[in-house]
Amino acid sequence: MAFKVLKPGMLTLLQDLGRHGYQHLGVTSGGPMDEVAFRWGNALLDNPDNSPQLEITFGMLSLEATQPTSIAIVGADLEATINGEAAMPWQTYEIKAGDVIHFQQSKFGLRAYLAVKGGFLAAPVLGSVATVMRESLGGFDGKGSKVQKGDLLPFHATSNHTPRHLPRLAIPNYEQVEIDVVTGYQYARFSGLDRARFFNSDYTLSQNCDRMGYRLEGQAVGQDQPGIISEGIAYGAIQIPSDGNPIVLLKDRQTIGGYPKIGCVTSISGGLLAQKKPGDKIGFRFMTIDQAERERHLQMSRINQWR
Amino acid sequence: MMDNQASAAAATSIEISLVSDQACLLQFSNIISDAVADQISLVTTALRELEGIIDLIPSYTTLLVVFDTGCFDRFAIQKALQGVLASIDWSSAGNRASQEVVIPVYYGPEVGPDLEDVATHCQLDIEEVIRLHSTTTYRAYAIGFTPGFAFLGNTPEVLHVPRKTTPRLKVPLGSVAIAERQTAVYPSVTPGGWQILGRTPIALVDWASDSLALIKAGDNVRFEPMTKEEFLAQGGNFDGF
Repeated sequence: MAFKVLKPGMLTLLQDLGRHGYQHLGVTSGGPMDEVAFRWGNALLDNPDNSPQLEITFGMLSLEATQPTSIAIVGADLEATINGEAAMPWQTYEIKAGDVIHFQQSKFGLRAYLAVKGGFLAAPVLGSVATVMRESLGGFDGKGSKVQKGDLLPFHATSNHTPRHLPRLAIPNYEQVEIDVVTGYQYARFSGLDRARFFNSDYTLSQNCDRMGYRLEGQAVGQDQPGIISEGIAYGAIQIPSDGNPIVLLKDRQTIGGYPKIGCVTSISGGLLAQKKPGDKIGFRFMTIDQAERERHLQMSRINQWR
Repeated sequence: MMDNQASAAAATSIEISLVSDQACLLQFSNIISDAVADQISLVTTALRELEGIIDLIPSYTTLLVVFDTGCFDRFAIQKALQGVLASIDWSSAGNRASQEVVIPVYYGPEVGPDLEDVATHCQLDIEEVIRLHSTTTYRAYAIGFTPGFAFLGNTPEVLHVPRKTTPRLKVPLGSVAIAERQTAVYPSVTPGGWQILGRTPIALVDWASDSLALIKAGDNVRFEPMTKEEFLAQGGNFDGF
């Protein structure tokens, strides 16, 4: 009742919606970099919201099924194939014993999710199976390991398959380059010129982009701002270190920090950003908190109503 | 401990601001103090009872509140937080039965490679550095950097030393270190730039235990010198240097 890992891929991690309630101990939340895609993965299979899935970054993953199941592929288009036949994202597929699922490489977006009917099976650590390698927590082994060659990734076998796919309009637009930002109380620390520059410049994703955060390059803002007293860091927080190049903190962020923050990427936009690659360009777009809230509710209700 | 008037005044000055569509920050003060830390402890405890709170991150002068967007919108969360703040008995701030954590430390050359540099910098002898470090009671102001890493303050002024100019790539597990006015124990092997004085044989985090992490924000922490023999008998090792 498992997938056998023929090729582990560049970075394949077990994720659920994250490890919540332990950030006061310095334990980060982890969870899917693209939350909306992840939620659709479980919705397509009628799984509970939190059912564990594989987060496949970039691709180069090959799995062989030892038992039948039903899967959903969502998120980035990593040129997935099933027994050599192209398998587009945002739909479910029937899998029989012996089938080989292969994710080649990124064609569009960076992270795909493979959901399996009933979810992957792993023992939670601190209430979650989310893999955080840096903290040695979660994953199939509970010790934060990424998926490795020869691993068996267990699930409950089933021959029940329902073909389903997302309506075209519901598919997130990964081509969108505007990343929505709400500004917080520290926004006042930045000059009018810095604010204008921040919202009117293109930023390029640097090589230093990982699950912890995305370091951007471009128009520097707020250089040499004094640090603040270390405080809790929210998902999406945009830190401005002394070189003035923004860092967007994502799912595996550290829990506290002392750099000033110009704003916060919205929870929905954070998922879009996570699908971008080093070298890609983005721009920040101002959004009010009530717009951000409305957008999130709209997304969530779209998923829930579709179920 | 604060008198009632002062604490009530402090309570009304707590600013609630929205940080994102999922988080709020309570700002208690711009200045680090024990009185502020007491208030933060009190509010953190009170908010644990509130349904729909996902995470609470207390720090020196702030408390970050991550909430379930299915339970609260931006108005409801602020109203709920104000309700909790209004219901708090501020006179109990500072009365809290704070946990005291005692951490045994072997301060020796095998595990404290910066002892000598620190002594030279502070113009003290090594014994005096150890005595000063281990006779101060510290407060855990914040937990972060890595799981279970407690920022403890304040070290005696004569022990204030800068961070190392080049951080170590791997600080061994259990290392006890100081930097500026802070001290800490490394709960896991990580890079680190603090000056290392010694090592504890005890585990700072144990995810299989009920307490999870030995030190929590608000705790009082003391270091107790131990001999090399005691250190080794309790499972201590000299790995890493």
